[in-house]
Amino acid sequence: MAKYILKRLLRSLLTLFIIITIVFSLLRLMPVEGYFQNYEKMTSTQVELGLQKLGLDQPLPVQLLNFYKGLLQGDLGVSNKYHRNVPVLEIIAEKIPVSMSIGLTSLCIALAVGLPLGILMARSTRTRLKIGDKLGTAFVVLIQAVPAAIYYLVIQFFGTSVLHMPLRVSMDQPVTLILPVLSLALGNIAYYAMWLRRYMVDESNKDYVRLARAKGVPAADISRKHIFRNAFVPLVQFIPTSVILTLMGSLYVESLYSIPGMGGLLVTVIQRQDNTVVQALVLFYAAISILGLLVGDILMALVDPRITFGKKGGAR
Amino acid sequence: MPSLRYKDRKTEALSQSVGKTLSRDYKPEEYFEPAPYDPSAGERGSYTNYSYWGSTLRAFFHNPVAVFFLVLLVGMVVFTIIEPLLPYAPEANTIYKGDTNLAPCAQYWFGTNSIGQDLWSQIWSGTRTSLFIGFSVALVEVVMGVIVGVLWGYVRKLDFLLTELYNVFDNVPQTLVVIIISYILRPGVSTMIFAMCLTSWLATARFVRNQVVIIRDRDYNLASRCLGTPAWRIMLKNLLPYLVSILTLRMALAIPAAIGNEVFITYIGLGVPLEVPTLGNLINSGQTFINEPTLNYQLFLPVLILSIVTISFYVVGNAFADAADPKNHVN
Repeated sequence: MAKYILKRLLRSLLTLFIIITIVFSLLRLMPVEGYFQNYEKMTSTQVELGLQKLGLDQPLPVQLLNFYKGLLQGDLGVSNKYHRNVPVLEIIAEKIPVSMSIGLTSLCIALAVGLPLGILMARSTRTRLKIGDKLGTAFVVLIQAVPAAIYYLVIQFFGTSVLHMPLRVSMDQPVTLILPVLSLALGNIAYYAMWLRRYMVDESNKDYVRLARAKGVPAADISRKHIFRNAFVPLVQFIPTSVILTLMGSLYVESLYSIPGMGGLLVTVIQRQDNTVVQALVLFYAAISILGLLVGDILMALVDPRITFGKKGGAR
Repeated sequence: MPSLRYKDRKTEALSQSVGKTLSRDYKPEEYFEPAPYDPSAGERGSYTNYSYWGSTLRAFFHNPVAVFFLVLLVGMVVFTIIEPLLPYAPEANTIYKGDTNLAPCAQYWFGTNSIGQDLWSQIWSGTRTSLFIGFSVALVEVVMGVIVGVLWGYVRKLDFLLTELYNVFDNVPQTLVVIIISYILRPGVSTMIFAMCLTSWLATARFVRNQVVIIRDRDYNLASRCLGTPAWRIMLKNLLPYLVSILTLRMALAIPAAIGNEVFITYIGLGVPLEVPTLGNLINSGQTFINEPTLNYQLFLPVLILSIVTISFYVVGNAFADAADPKNHVN
């Protein structure tokens, strides 16, 4: 077990290393305007001096090495346009708690709503009309088929013009956070409900459930104590995906509602071409999603004893 | 005996004929009757009139919802293609001076936008671009996925390398890749297609590889290989039907995903230049009017068209995948 976790951890680190290298090298292909605030007015010698100061005149491997040195000391360079000469880490640090709290809240809400919805849909498949199942499936199809970018806008429209919620969010008033958190949660609610329903329907056709039913165990108890417990385990594998869904959704939602988080920041610095901040944020997002996948794999191994560690099984 | 089931009727007929035979008296030389030699009888097997595509299409057209969306989808795709060829169709970017922000009326069916462009032709032109992006991305995804997946599954030496590469690159969210590529390259339709194609085929390749590994050494394929069937024929006839259902589903889901990505990328300012109408550009410029009741048709019309397109692809794709799955073909 420990060996498996260690191996998985090393692989994640390797992935991160490769991604950092690729992203860093790719961003060096960008025109150098991104490093200066008033590039148009600068003479070529000024540009060269500036590049020298930033260490950008050196060959790529040296730059990369310097970047890694800085990274290990927690130095990601300074911003060039967004907040001139302020360390990137400082800019990001104040945004992290905001994004974290919104993301985690929406994940909790997704679990708290998505799981009961899945259970309801699964139980409704055993009734005659299957109304709950049909309505739930329609909801899931709608959320999955319409791109997130679109239903975020529709939620914003209804929230602001029908319910008269404020368009901009202020962190002091939790009420204003309802719309963005709901937008972020919706995709995951549909996702969890869909998979839980599928697993519970599969599970409820098994013999032990039939036995329980034959013994006269109440239907609510069967679905809660027998089916749900077994169907919940494979759901763990969807945690990483939903973390990534939330992360990528937050890019859009945060800037839609002007939330002072990392997602909004990334959109801003992309529009203003602040290379160092873009680079730092992209790497940060990549790191979080790799972490999410790592945690998901380890959790999966913990909850499901059937997973063999490192051994190659099956066809070959 | 009309109420008898088929099997019962057979039994009935058999016992009657046996009874008839037994009721006669046979001489010893009549006990056996030599059958004449008929070479074609050897070829006659237990042939059922099963056709894969026939069954698939029959199953698909039994689903009224799917057929409805298919008709809608085909109608829209055909219309976006023929729309510029219609008489009186104006160029999408034509600016009608003085006709800014007109609500939908007889002359401008979808109204005009803030600089006086006709939204009707803008929206259809945008749908055409967005569909083109979606189709290209989906096509590359499936073609690359199948080629790499089949190699990955069939060539054992490649397995280790490709699996490790997959493990590295699968961890990167596609949105990030698209953002960084569109940030580096010059914005445009081809940049966007390239950025979305770069990693999207990984999952398809992985899936194809798994299927190839599972099916490759099954007994019927082994038998096929022993009989000297060439590898391409095994792939085409024995493997492909297993993949058709999931590949069409992937393709049908890749198109709306690409269209949605386009909207998102446009929103963060890395999209196609404004001169090229796309649904993303239209939604993005309509978004400024989200809280102006008289003008928000500029947001909702493109949103509506986009939603119809994506929902149709989703429903048709899922229904077709169900229909194409050989497990769902009953007799």
